[in-house]
Amino acid sequence: MNKHVSPRMNRRAFVIGTAAVGAGLAIGLDIPFGGPAVVRAADGSPEIGAWVVVRPDDTVVIRIARSEMGQGSLTGLAQLVAEELECDWSKVSTEYPTPGQSVARKRVWGDFSTGGSRGIRSSQDYVRKGGATARVMLIQAAAEAWKVPASECTVANSVITHAPSGKTTTYGKVAEAAAKLTPPADVKLKDPKDWKLIGKGVKRLDTAEKTTGTMIYGIDVKLPGMLNAAIKDCPVFGGKLKSFDEAKITGMMGVKKVVKVGDTAVAVVADTWWHAKTALEALPIVWDEGDNAKVSSESIAKWLTEGLANEQPAYVGNKNGDAKAAIAGAAKKIEAVYSYPYQNHATMEPMNATAVYTADKCEVWCGTQNGEAAFAATLEASGLPAEKCDVHKVMPGGGFGRRGQTDYVRQAVLIAKEMPGTPIKLLWSREEDMAHGRYHPITQCKMTGAFDADNNLVALHYRLSGQSILFSLRPEALQNGMDPAAFQGVAQTGEAAFGYSVPNLLVEHAMRNPHVPPGFWRGVNVNHNAIYMECFMDELAQAAGQDPLEFRRKLMGNHPKHLAVLNAVAEKIGWSTPAPQGIYRGIAQVMGYGSYVAGAAEISVTDGNKIKVHRIVASTDPGYVVNPAQVERQIAGSFVYGLSALFYGGCTVKDGKIEQTNFDTYNSMRINEMPKVESVMVPSGGFWGGVGEPTIGVAAPAVLNAYFAATGKRIRSVPLRDQNITFA
Amino acid sequence: MADLTINGKTFTLDVEPDTPLLWAIRENAGLTGTKYGCGIAQCGACTVHIDGVATRSCGVSVGEAAGKKITTIEGLASGNALHKVQEAWIAQDVPQCGYCQSGMIMAVAALLSEKPKPTDADIDEAITNICRCGTFQQVREAIHTIASA
Repeated sequence: MNKHVSPRMNRRAFVIGTAAVGAGLAIGLDIPFGGPAVVRAADGSPEIGAWVVVRPDDTVVIRIARSEMGQGSLTGLAQLVAEELECDWSKVSTEYPTPGQSVARKRVWGDFSTGGSRGIRSSQDYVRKGGATARVMLIQAAAEAWKVPASECTVANSVITHAPSGKTTTYGKVAEAAAKLTPPADVKLKDPKDWKLIGKGVKRLDTAEKTTGTMIYGIDVKLPGMLNAAIKDCPVFGGKLKSFDEAKITGMMGVKKVVKVGDTAVAVVADTWWHAKTALEALPIVWDEGDNAKVSSESIAKWLTEGLANEQPAYVGNKNGDAKAAIAGAAKKIEAVYSYPYQNHATMEPMNATAVYTADKCEVWCGTQNGEAAFAATLEASGLPAEKCDVHKVMPGGGFGRRGQTDYVRQAVLIAKEMPGTPIKLLWSREEDMAHGRYHPITQCKMTGAFDADNNLVALHYRLSGQSILFSLRPEALQNGMDPAAFQGVAQTGEAAFGYSVPNLLVEHAMRNPHVPPGFWRGVNVNHNAIYMECFMDELAQAAGQDPLEFRRKLMGNHPKHLAVLNAVAEKIGWSTPAPQGIYRGIAQVMGYGSYVAGAAEISVTDGNKIKVHRIVASTDPGYVVNPAQVERQIAGSFVYGLSALFYGGCTVKDGKIEQTNFDTYNSMRINEMPKVESVMVPSGGFWGGVGEPTIGVAAPAVLNAYFAATGKRIRSVPLRDQNITFA
Repeated sequence: MADLTINGKTFTLDVEPDTPLLWAIRENAGLTGTKYGCGIAQCGACTVHIDGVATRSCGVSVGEAAGKKITTIEGLASGNALHKVQEAWIAQDVPQCGYCQSGMIMAVAALLSEKPKPTDADIDEAITNICRCGTFQQVREAIHTIASA
């Protein structure tokens, strides 16, 4: 079986199993299979519960519902299952069930969504139970065969032992019998102190194919008779396709068909993608751009700036005391306005999907962060019912939040519908990918801080103005119009709680939703909230004449976990000792996705505008660390992503369109610009926080604060390239 | 039609001479390990060796590549023996999503054939590929591991 591509299950056994079990399955929590009808994988090996397949040769296949996109969750989730299963890790492989299979089995594998750093933290409980359930059934099968109590049997590395009789067997030998047993109603999970595999930096399970060119990404899918499509959507968001002159490209090399896609786009289908793209570029297209064509970065900025004024309506996200009154009566106050731009995900692999449609069936192959959302898009675009559709997940060349959206899936199905029976691979050019992102939202923030006569911070007013992601993508999650996610990192409680106690606090959001579609961009609202708050915290410290670290510490007495990670980076960077000559330091902390994170940087600045990052330190407390080697890579990777956005990113709008077209105008850090990231993991246990995103928040403010220390200049807008500041 | 020598094999491809080599490799020769990232020679995901030199194949036409020795990621290993860069990449778990890594590995292999013991400065100068996952730290460490073996 080709792991990570499409697992092929035995359809017949699958249908029997579903019918036998019937209704009443909790999502993933209740492992429903077993009993007389054994569910089998494609090679005939039995399932021991939905999460585990055991083959006669003792190899174990672990089912993974969430998507791997480079972040390592595939390996981490397998570790969680294997920990409880007590199987031989060297014989573990993984496979993706399809969303269609999951839906047909009443979502036995639970949520497929892989965003918000939830891959592990939101499924750790039921996947571990999946492993534990299979273990109990396998031991039970051995015990019954030996006619001994299961309680006298032990297991390690897939070998079951009955010590009193000296008998041993292996998982592969008892799998058939185990699959016929009724699963236990409840299983006890291991105490974390007994974990052997969780917490170990084992190697990823999907590396070899990524070094030989054999890993299949969406762009690499090949189906018999497949044609290729290139697409252009109206470059002004909200605009429409008016007309195109097909005759001008008729007869061009390889062209098979020109297709209108929805109301807004046109695609050329050809034998090769190169031919499709070449013909598309030659196709005269007339757009109905609509009123949005009048929008520019300047008009958006003006609208957002208006929202900073106190008279404008705003949603209150966090509040205590009376900040406005305290500021009015304060001995001293300071104010600053910051801004953060649109950002494109710019995954290395542009959006793509392959679809084949007939009146009886529609199948899609694509990289996606949410198989079920891609499945829903397939249903909607094809007009076919769930039992006639499926989505086969392949490796995405990066996700970062972009592939949680399904616009490209819908397009591929709509094109395939125009050519029934012919598989169509739709691939966006990089230029299309830059023009049709789901961008990190644009915001501004005005912050006002007030001190008493002793330089104690007595009030803070944090007023955001700008775009809401939920308004656009998940309006059902708004709370009386308010976007609670807008307050990530500055929220009162929860998984992204503010880490400071200020006697009078007001955090509010004047929502302004420009026409540029926002999306969940790695770190999401933590990115700008952490820059705003942590850079302004430095400004407050300066105004109070205090050390930035000491100033923060005084406000963090009630926030011990926030403080612990801050202290960890301070110690690692050597905050209490003077920096080397010409080197300056900055520090920052934030909470996001259930994890506490902090960062510290050491930089030098030449000519006032050339920054060299000499050291950068990150600390995280995600509760439990499943695979420290992968967590370390996520921290370092998040810093590359966050600092790329700080230095080089930023998408601007002109005539309603995004101006940046490719990596020449939307650059990304290279190896020569990136220092080694020193990671300090301080997992305090007892909770499960995310890993892929939170640390991104502290990279930029740590560097910006160090820049102030070096130059005495505050930078209050991103990207640095707009201010002629770059890497040394 | 064009004859291209890829990984020691001659491919007679039905392709126009102005087609970028990248697309001839991927779509006509069917070797999909070489990736498309930008099409303007910025990102390096499409890096192959042309007569041993690391080259961004999106910026070279089929006509220019004809008659030259082209090596793609699929041809880097010698039979079943992986190239030392591939071995190091596996040993040190370098890739994250892995999409840029074909190009990264080809760039590193070319660097090491020219400079078997590169300094950090050599690495900084030669390896200019974009990796959005941010594997640079592992890339650098793996290069040094190979060099010190």
